[in-house]
Amino acid sequence: MFSVIHEPIDPQPLIEYVRTDADGAVNVFLGVARRWSRGREVVHLEYEAYPEMATRKMAQIADEVRARWGIERLAIVHRVGKLEIGEASVCIAVASSHRGEAFAASQYAIDRLKQIVPIWKKEVWSDGSQWIGWEGGSAPGMTGPTA
Amino acid sequence: MRVRAKLFASLREAAGQSEVELECPSGARVAEAVALVRERFPQLRGLGEAMLAVNLEYVGPEFGLHEGDELALIPPVSGGSHRVSEVQQPGPDARLR
Repeated sequence: MFSVIHEPIDPQPLIEYVRTDADGAVNVFLGVARRWSRGREVVHLEYEAYPEMATRKMAQIADEVRARWGIERLAIVHRVGKLEIGEASVCIAVASSHRGEAFAASQYAIDRLKQIVPIWKKEVWSDGSQWIGWEGGSAPGMTGPTA
Repeated sequence: MRVRAKLFASLREAAGQSEVELECPSGARVAEAVALVRERFPQLRGLGEAMLAVNLEYVGPEFGLHEGDELALIPPVSGGSHRVSEVQQPGPDARLR
């Protein structure tokens, strides 16, 4: 279950999609808009996607999770457009029979999403705005953030 | 041959449009198409690296284009601290300066 939407995120359909009677754990990750970023106060965020490729890459992440942990179902929804502080930009849901796999797969999925899913975040402050690239330095195969 | 180039985020804002129709010589590679985009929009130079995709898959600059292909110039995706352990390479992607 992968989608790019323009409305507020509701995690419940994702939970219902991933959970089966064999599962003892459902892990839900929410990425939410934070007020402060690198010393600046954020007024709001804007997200933009290449939606056809974004959902394709989400499906690829699900394939990787399946190959690695044997988890059959992964749900990802990413919101685009203008987000106020505190609103969720992304939700990832995954279930497993025991909680270890669900925790690990959820972390992997969000880390991987930030590597390969073509969705961009713009921070808007009172005195300007900026598209945010890599904040963590170099990713494998990349040579660092752009301005 | 006709190729559609899509621009996103900082590239889209700098160019002032999200799509560019290109007329490329047959047999053109991605690198040549990107050069055409940067010729048309000189302000895109100096915006740093973009990853490249054709028809929704990451490719390198040597990838050969065909009529009707959709090329995307992909600025680095959303940040946040990330762990590089245990994640795979995105594939034969590349960046163009």
